[in-house]
Amino acid sequence: MKINPNVPLEYGTEENSNRIFGFWIFLGAEIALFSTLFAVYFTLWNRSGSGPTASEIFELKGVLVETFLLLTSSFTCGLAIHAMRHGFKKATLVFFAITLLMGLGFLGVEITEFVTYVHDGATLSTSAFLSSLFVLLGTHGLHVTMGFLWGAAIMIQIKREGFTPDTTNKSFIFSLYWHFLDVVWIFIFSFVYLKGMM
Amino acid sequence: MKKRGPLLLLFISLIMLLSGCSSKLLVLDPKGPVAKTQSSTIIFSMIIMAVVLLVVYVLYIYMLTKYRATKANEGYEPPHIEGSKWLELIWTIIPIIIVVILSVVTVRSTNAVENVPVGYEDQKPLVIYASSSDWKWHFSYPEEGIETVNYVNIPTNRPIEFRLYAFGPITSFWVPQLGGQKYAMSDMVNKLNLVAEHEGSFYGRNSNFSGKGFAHMEFEVLAQSPADYTKWVDDVKKTASKLTPEEFDKLLATPVVGRKTYSSTHLEFRPAPEGANGGHHHGGGDADAKNNTGSMDHSNMDMDGMNMDDMGSMDHSQHE
Amino acid sequence: MKLDEFFVTGEPMIYAAMVSIVVASLAILIGLTYFKKWGYLWREWLTTVDHKRIGVMYIIAALLMLFRGGVDALLMRAQLAVPENGLLDAQHYNEIFTTHGVVMILFMAMPFIIGLMNVVVPLQIGARDVAFPRLNAVSFWLFFAGAMLFNISFVIGGSPDAGWTAYFPLASLEFSPTVGNNFYSISLQIAGIGTLLTGVNFIVTILKMRAPGMKLMQMPMFTWSILITSVIIVFAFPVLTVALALMMFDRMFGGQFFTMANGGMDMLWANLFWVWGHPEVYIVILPAFGIYSEIIATFSKKNLYGYKSMVASMVVISLLSFVVWAHHFYTMGHGSMVNSVFSITTMAIAVPTGVKIFNWLFTLQKGRISFTTPMLYTLAFIPIFTIGGVTGVMLAMASADYQYHNTMFLVAHFHYVLIPGTVFAVIAGFHYWFPKVFGFRLNERLGKLAFWLITIFFNVTFLPLFFLGLNGMSRRMYTYSEGSGFGPLNMVASIGAVGLALGFVVLCYNIYWSFRYAPRENVNDPWGGGRTLEWATHSPVPEYNFARTPNVKGMDAYWHSKKENQPLFEGKIEPIHMPNNSGQPFILGVIFFFLGFFLVFSWWIPSIIAGIAVIIMLAARTFERDHGRHIPVKEIMEIEEKHGGELV
Repeated sequence: MKINPNVPLEYGTEENSNRIFGFWIFLGAEIALFSTLFAVYFTLWNRSGSGPTASEIFELKGVLVETFLLLTSSFTCGLAIHAMRHGFKKATLVFFAITLLMGLGFLGVEITEFVTYVHDGATLSTSAFLSSLFVLLGTHGLHVTMGFLWGAAIMIQIKREGFTPDTTNKSFIFSLYWHFLDVVWIFIFSFVYLKGMM
Repeated sequence: MKKRGPLLLLFISLIMLLSGCSSKLLVLDPKGPVAKTQSSTIIFSMIIMAVVLLVVYVLYIYMLTKYRATKANEGYEPPHIEGSKWLELIWTIIPIIIVVILSVVTVRSTNAVENVPVGYEDQKPLVIYASSSDWKWHFSYPEEGIETVNYVNIPTNRPIEFRLYAFGPITSFWVPQLGGQKYAMSDMVNKLNLVAEHEGSFYGRNSNFSGKGFAHMEFEVLAQSPADYTKWVDDVKKTASKLTPEEFDKLLATPVVGRKTYSSTHLEFRPAPEGANGGHHHGGGDADAKNNTGSMDHSNMDMDGMNMDDMGSMDHSQHE
Repeated sequence: MKLDEFFVTGEPMIYAAMVSIVVASLAILIGLTYFKKWGYLWREWLTTVDHKRIGVMYIIAALLMLFRGGVDALLMRAQLAVPENGLLDAQHYNEIFTTHGVVMILFMAMPFIIGLMNVVVPLQIGARDVAFPRLNAVSFWLFFAGAMLFNISFVIGGSPDAGWTAYFPLASLEFSPTVGNNFYSISLQIAGIGTLLTGVNFIVTILKMRAPGMKLMQMPMFTWSILITSVIIVFAFPVLTVALALMMFDRMFGGQFFTMANGGMDMLWANLFWVWGHPEVYIVILPAFGIYSEIIATFSKKNLYGYKSMVASMVVISLLSFVVWAHHFYTMGHGSMVNSVFSITTMAIAVPTGVKIFNWLFTLQKGRISFTTPMLYTLAFIPIFTIGGVTGVMLAMASADYQYHNTMFLVAHFHYVLIPGTVFAVIAGFHYWFPKVFGFRLNERLGKLAFWLITIFFNVTFLPLFFLGLNGMSRRMYTYSEGSGFGPLNMVASIGAVGLALGFVVLCYNIYWSFRYAPRENVNDPWGGGRTLEWATHSPVPEYNFARTPNVKGMDAYWHSKKENQPLFEGKIEPIHMPNNSGQPFILGVIFFFLGFFLVFSWWIPSIIAGIAVIIMLAARTFERDHGRHIPVKEIMEIEEKHGGELV
């Protein structure tokens, strides 16, 4: 395996640099996916039938907590990659751990939110608006869940192997993914929650 | 050219056949102004397209006959030709001109067939609600207070405003000799303006696949002189029974029925999905319930795709 | 669920199909055991990550699906041959035209193209393999799982019956209560994910793995077409993913996206479907353009005319393909303004397409045209596809479309585009690149016989449909009355279909015959006019493709290196890094098949178990450390010797 010493370790081999490039393209597909979900949501968001409307169910408090958790986790994820570039194994692991815990916290709040909705009689099958809301939020939440599992697996690998071309490459790609989920959340926060509460 | 020559001949003979028997093809045998606009648009586009085909076929036959490998040109080394700026420009610009011409024709004719036909704007149109259910057509005449199933009588030389909707899957209301089709859907009403200029019986059908009984979902349009039409309406009012909600529910539940005639309409107890009854339920029928604004965002799928900029909103529904 | 609901019953044809499926499966199992081929199958095929073998598997699957879709087509034509025919009932006919559409587009045309691009693209750019060989195998097995899942709906549970477009509310639980449309949403979802990954894979492959010296504007036209197609795939397929997911929610979890009450919107499905569906048409047509460009240059012994405008026109087509989707439902009542806009964008596609047609015609000019089988398909494509193209422009005119929409005219149009466009192209590409993979060419006499049968009877089958449409015959009607007057032309079309089928039989016989009797040539450039890098290496291609990486100095690198006597391969042979085979993609495909099957029937506990199995497979992959292997120089030399010596 030829490792190019002039670039960060995660880019070092041809395979790894292809992986990062490929993941960017995959994120392009993810953008198309979420754009479609947003389009569906905007089409249906005021078609609430006999069910509740957006302003009736949205509550700012939980959403602010979710936003805070995810935005901060994105920041700590960036710190983890920064630490990785400097070869600080322990710091990297700590920052990743904080990132994942915050992700977990985000999921906890989101699940509570869903349970409250369902409890108030706002389910997936109540109206087109709620169907589109649950699927948009659910898809994002599922991504965060997958990200959590993936991140945990990567932490184990860093712990075992230290920084190798493999582990740094995986960590870097994971960080791209995590930042992307954060960006999607900003759109959800602005165009779903804020718009819905106005 | 002996190999593809027959194809060209076939095509030319088909065009001749087409012009010869056009009186037989329903779409090219219009009986009203809307279908007439459409058939002349179709024939116009066919002529332009035939010219395009002719150019391509002549070039094609020339190239194939002139440059085929033969014993005589063995060892001939074809030259390297990069392309030609001028030629390539020509076959970009000429198609653009053709597209522009066709666009003008399209915009004009589409406007014409969407609106009440020219010359009929001053007349009060006859409103007929045509609704589909699996697998039949209900025709309600709100002014006359009558309703028919699987046939519709109309007066000639008077604009008819068909208001289309469905009690189930999307269907498409089509009377080829009077005009092109339009969808009937469950949560909104589409309008189709038609005029019959000739008396006669015309073939009408659902043209959008809607399940098992689809193939048999036909109806007859009978265009009558205004006098005959009025007489028919009076007859119906006198002789036919009323359409009760129970009878109508039974009708909806029956998959296939023959012709039916009633002296009242289902609109009285089951209004069409328009106005306050539109498919746009929210809150409880507030102001914009009338306007079925489905905005279909077309996500910006640019080539690099790494940025998610504008969500070009494409409003695709301006029915009403 | 009762057993008689689980299996489709009551149709002699389906019993026959069940029996033949069981017999064929048994024959395969016994055959594999008897000839002791299990190990061979596992080692050489099921676990392979070699792009050439994956390509071959795609093509075999596509040929099987061509047979399936073709039988559907023959049954439809048999039913419509005479008025009031009782061969099929409405339900059966509805299932058949639905599966015909889905199978032909998604499980025949696409995999055939993906198969060809797998075989050819890495060779054309002088690469050892695709960027992510393992992912490539995953793509294939996901596609295969989806295809198999879709096909078993024929005997288990019932086929989808709402058309390949599956418009709501017809496709909703209320109007299509069987599991048929669950098969539709889930099998297409699985196959679609595979396709999406292929798109990602080939973008990276083409952008990052080209041989040194090959600039973007020197790539072979087929590679260009695949690059653009891959970009369309990456941006269009997520829309399908969402649409199918929403369909699944509506049908299985009480979602209200496309329902008739509670604010659902049936037009939303039509929009989502065609936002994917129209680019999909270009996903199957642009690679065809690429294939024709290669063949026409090779057999005219000339470089492609107007290379730059060829590339530009494909880029323009790909952009326009995303802004024309509403022309599939002008009749939905958007009003004349919206319809006019979409009419114009649609007609605009004729401009770049026209540019391509004329560039091909002028490639022939001053060439030396030899009429080989692949070239015959290419040459037949031009006049026939042009008919498809000009009728497309006619359909684009909204006012006129109100009369063509949903009629046989439309059916005739898209068959005139897709058959000479895509089907002829994949057959041409199949004949053209066949010797590269197997070392011998298909028989030319049989090939030409099949060509003439297919070309002539294609026109006999589909030309009458234009007139049927103009005479008021809607599509998807399982029968029509005597009085409609549709009888005679339908009879002509049905006779044509038999001839068309005969053509495909000859085509298949040719494959069989050539495998048995065709002379083994084993030369790198059997057509004698190869221009691009795939012809620079041996046929059949060794697993590492090129013993030494080619040095590219311009367009048509192989042709110029031959003409100008410049060596393409320089430097000494070094050990070659190759990826290892892996059973994981195959196992993942099997798990996805079962996951899909359980979901179709809403068997939640097995579904959850299968879902966990998928996550375990992903975990296994992330913890795996597989850095491939190196083929030593000595072994390379031996392989090269066996192929008749090293190439310069």
